[in-house]
Amino acid sequence: MATSEVEKRDPGVDPKTGEFRVVGLSQTFKSVTDEITRIVLTPNTPLGWFAILSVAGALATVLLTAVCWLFLKGVGIWAITQPVAWGFAIINFVWWIGIGHAGTLISAILLLFKQGWRNAISRFAEAMTIFAVVCAGMFPLIHVGRPWVAYWMLPLPFTMTVWPQFRSPLLWDVFAVSTYATISVVFWYVGMIPDLGTFRDRSESKLAKYVYGMFSLGWRGSVRHWMRYETASLLLAGLATPLVLSVHTVISFDFAVAVLPGWHTTIFPPYFVAGAIYSGFAMVLTLAIPLRKAYHLEDLVTERHIDNMGKVMLATGFIVAYGYGMEVFMAWYSASHWEAFMMWNRMFGPMGWSYGVLVLCNLAIPLTTLWVRKLRTNIAFMFFISIVVNVGMWFERFVIVVTSLYRDFLPSSWGTYRATKWDYMTYVGTLGLFTFLFLLFVRFLPMIPMNEIKMLLPQAKIKPKEAVGAGD
Amino acid sequence: MPPREGTYGLLAEFDTPSDLVRAAQQARKDGWRRLDCYTPYPVEEAAEAIGFHRNKVPLITLIGGLMGLAAMFALETWISVLAYPLNIGGRPLYSWPAFIIPAYEWTILWAGLSAAFGMIALNGLPALYHPLFNAPNFRDGATVDKFFLCLEALDPKFDRAETKKYLETLHPVSVVEVEY
Repeated sequence: MATSEVEKRDPGVDPKTGEFRVVGLSQTFKSVTDEITRIVLTPNTPLGWFAILSVAGALATVLLTAVCWLFLKGVGIWAITQPVAWGFAIINFVWWIGIGHAGTLISAILLLFKQGWRNAISRFAEAMTIFAVVCAGMFPLIHVGRPWVAYWMLPLPFTMTVWPQFRSPLLWDVFAVSTYATISVVFWYVGMIPDLGTFRDRSESKLAKYVYGMFSLGWRGSVRHWMRYETASLLLAGLATPLVLSVHTVISFDFAVAVLPGWHTTIFPPYFVAGAIYSGFAMVLTLAIPLRKAYHLEDLVTERHIDNMGKVMLATGFIVAYGYGMEVFMAWYSASHWEAFMMWNRMFGPMGWSYGVLVLCNLAIPLTTLWVRKLRTNIAFMFFISIVVNVGMWFERFVIVVTSLYRDFLPSSWGTYRATKWDYMTYVGTLGLFTFLFLLFVRFLPMIPMNEIKMLLPQAKIKPKEAVGAGD
Repeated sequence: MPPREGTYGLLAEFDTPSDLVRAAQQARKDGWRRLDCYTPYPVEEAAEAIGFHRNKVPLITLIGGLMGLAAMFALETWISVLAYPLNIGGRPLYSWPAFIIPAYEWTILWAGLSAAFGMIALNGLPALYHPLFNAPNFRDGATVDKFFLCLEALDPKFDRAETKKYLETLHPVSVVEVEY
């Protein structure tokens, strides 16, 4: 999928294939480096960055407050009780992890499929993964009630000789999520080493030289190093691919292994993974569209990227739609009274509105419009769609957690669920924390992998037969 | 240990990857063995040209992954059968299907860490000092848009004046001497 060299006609479209270019015309090795380094290696920070950072920081402080109060008072400050014992914490956990999954998909799976267009967006998609996992991983820890003994979840030799119970999906989660966080950080950092070397060589200030020099490990671009580096990247991609599929599968086991109608279903693993990628791509768009505008990266994150992400969302959206359809079908086909009631209650019960939001945001709006190329390349529209899908996917988790729990087998044990202000503060706070971390990343680290973009340039093609010394 | 004083090698700078690859192929053909190329992004052809075809990263990754698999599966079995037997819904103590999942995660964890740290270690990194950084034009270009071929002084064919003349025949932009 490399750009092919053709005469200039329409600057955005490659006349040979009719596809959008992955990298804008007239980019050179030097201009790519300059465009990406100037964002970071400048003493002038845009005012807008400070403005958004302070808002995000304020929200992160809200999170800190909510968590402090939680530690003082206990999980009773949340709305969780019987019968809805899993509330916002688990909804947010699943939502955030799902968002992270698109980052791994872009960086790993699309790398294995040799989708060159993913190079420009891979780095910040990975960063998004890590910050989303940070937000996600917090929820189970603060949900356990006594977070100071959360280390009991790990198989460590204590004096009490108590060991974890390996038959529980909740423990599988511990290993899945901790592995996912570790591998994502390693993959992200390894990918950044050469670009940090570029920063070291390009920075003016002594401090920047020192810090980037340390973190680039003395990278000097030897081709032997590059070959091992490429092998390691490919292997990490090959390992991250089954990992990302397993993580959301294991999370879906938390639900599917229970006997509750609405949870006890075999469609959950694939349907969770597809939903994760669906919402994750939406989040990549939510981040990429303002970023390319703010930092004038239209040449590197082109309309082609937006268009392709729209296509991925269309495909995964239909898998999600199939999942919804299958849930309804199974409720009828199983001939189980409880299943049928659960589905009726989910759609038309007192919380039926949430199912309506889900259908509207995840199916009705995106799956009708994303077919149209004009709309997929309309930046404002895609930003709107990305927000809609993010909202819709949050409600999907809300529907799964709350509407399955609040009216279970015995009518005498039915209840309802209304989130408290602490629930909302924790959720909004993680949005702030995520944005805060992401802004720091954009300001101090290479958000677009320079070396991977350079590989896509036409100049990078080796032409061995030409006369020695001829310019490419 | 290489000598810590004197000349590390001669560094030729090229403007395009194609020029570099041709020069590297030529140097290899002419019998140079202690040589390396430096590029701002992976140039597979240059690695081929200097005779670097295989690396040990996959093997290290495989070993790491298998160790992770064995470690976690053994730990689970030991805990569930011997150290802390629990009756969970009448399931057997040795519930191997359930043990697969954490063992699978640890396979990936150990394999991934082995791949990353194995690559870094085989590359001899972190190495914050390297003689090449002394070359005046290296840091301006090696990580940006220039392509370098270095013939090292450890090569038996190396002779400061002769090698410099030889490198000039490969049409580089410049040739500089690199000091330790």
